[in-house]
Amino acid sequence: MAEEMRILMRNYGKIDPLNIDDYINANGYKGLEKARAMSQTDLIEEIKKSGLRGRGGAGFNAGMKWGFSYNTPAGQKYVVCNADEGEPGTYKDRLIMENDPQSVLEGMAVCGYAIGSNKGYIYCRGEYPYVVEKLNTAIEQAKAKGVLGDFDIEVRMGAGAYVCGEESALIESIEGHRGEPRFKPPFPPVTGLWGKPTIVNNVETFANIPVILEKGADWFAGIGAKSYPGTKLMTLTGDVANRTFIEVPTDTTIRQVIFDFGGGVPGGKKFKAVQIGGTSGGFIPESLLDTAIDFDSMGAIGATLGSGAVFVMDESRDVVDVIKQITNFFEHESCGKCSPCREGTKRMHEMVKNIYSGQGTAADLDLLERLGTVMCKACLCGLGQAAPSPVLTTLQHFKSDYTSKFN
Amino acid sequence: MADYKEIVSKYKDVPGGIIESYHALQREFNYIPEDAIDAAAQIFDIPKAKAYGVATFYSYFQVGKRGKYIIRICESAPCHIAGAAQVVAALEKELGIKMGETTADGLFTLEFTECVGQCQATPVITINSKPYGDLTPEKVNTILAEYK
Repeated sequence: MAEEMRILMRNYGKIDPLNIDDYINANGYKGLEKARAMSQTDLIEEIKKSGLRGRGGAGFNAGMKWGFSYNTPAGQKYVVCNADEGEPGTYKDRLIMENDPQSVLEGMAVCGYAIGSNKGYIYCRGEYPYVVEKLNTAIEQAKAKGVLGDFDIEVRMGAGAYVCGEESALIESIEGHRGEPRFKPPFPPVTGLWGKPTIVNNVETFANIPVILEKGADWFAGIGAKSYPGTKLMTLTGDVANRTFIEVPTDTTIRQVIFDFGGGVPGGKKFKAVQIGGTSGGFIPESLLDTAIDFDSMGAIGATLGSGAVFVMDESRDVVDVIKQITNFFEHESCGKCSPCREGTKRMHEMVKNIYSGQGTAADLDLLERLGTVMCKACLCGLGQAAPSPVLTTLQHFKSDYTSKFN
Repeated sequence: MADYKEIVSKYKDVPGGIIESYHALQREFNYIPEDAIDAAAQIFDIPKAKAYGVATFYSYFQVGKRGKYIIRICESAPCHIAGAAQVVAALEKELGIKMGETTADGLFTLEFTECVGQCQATPVITINSKPYGDLTPEKVNTILAEYK
């Protein structure tokens, strides 16, 4: 049986997260020390070489992103940690922040040194006030120890807007505005917070940085899938025996995640579908379970790795009932800035409700597919572009759930 | 009005501080009073429409009164298939109000929310942000008793 590989979670249960000495004794802040002994360009090269790609969903090479900010001259630059995890079924960033907050601060400080920034923000979702308290304690301890040097970190709290997980919307929110995404380009690494070069990385991305520096880029690049190396924290929900979190190398297959680590479907029932990456992820049928979880393998089957949420459904589940809930979510969370998303999410929910209540026809399924395809192309940000994915993939793999509703 | 100004003023020099000031108001009152929006507009020197627009964009901010304890029920897919609807029914029955309403004594407000990130224990509710997991209709009474 496949085994977990705890890199991000290496200190889980072993240190007191709110005692910085425990972290330091477990090799904490060695990575930052090493980074500061390197030139900025060597450091960025090292991160590039590790192959670390953003763990927030877009999967962009982290070192390359840092390079854009490094190469943009500015009096002030910012490092922003995206802790606004809002994908339903996801709590991996909370796990990292609650169990090893210093690793996130250290990763941010490394980034600060690399791009030439002395100011960091952690944008933590409003649902986690208890995490904000822990982060503030961790920051106080790091400041008191002097480990961060001249790098300052401040926590800002979101207020229940899923769209703020999108980096430019998040930036708008820190600036004190409605969290509506910006037109891109320019991208945040060049023009971000208050118009300054800004690196926005996910909690999990930053938490990977210290250990990459400690053990070397080659070590990291050798773990898991070649094109998306390292481990991934996954959270298992739904009809799965072990509703828990796991950390596994990225060449682990979906089947291993659900059946080896998750213990399979409980109650003697059969597997029907799994949605990976959160509520915007595609639905995956049994026939594709031998796909590896890495970013590119998932993309090749029309699915996503996304946040790493694994939502399992057994044979008794009605896919249209779940899709009704998901389309309701997107109608609610669309920020309303662009019309393909504002109108599209509303009509999509309306049509699915209609089908669910037995009033749909085959023509509605064609229309749903057409609307979804347009939204993927025409919406301004990732929210609207990804919102149709559950609908489109269930139309592809679970069409009979829809047609069985027709009168 | 004076109180609101005092609370909001603390964030005047914080860049983008209006959202932080709204959090501070909610910590004090559990909602954002209408007049506090006026105060924020003045203090941050922005149009009232903008101050109102920011406050109403975010689902955790509520302009106007609500209950002392805000009970939020997650309606995202993992909680949905774990039986959130039965928990909603039990809460509505026990409190004698519908979703979105506040009890006559001003103690409880029922709201839907999206994922609160406690998905190891679906279905989940939060009471003033404190999570309660693995809920069943039977557990609802015991939990509410803590707050009555």
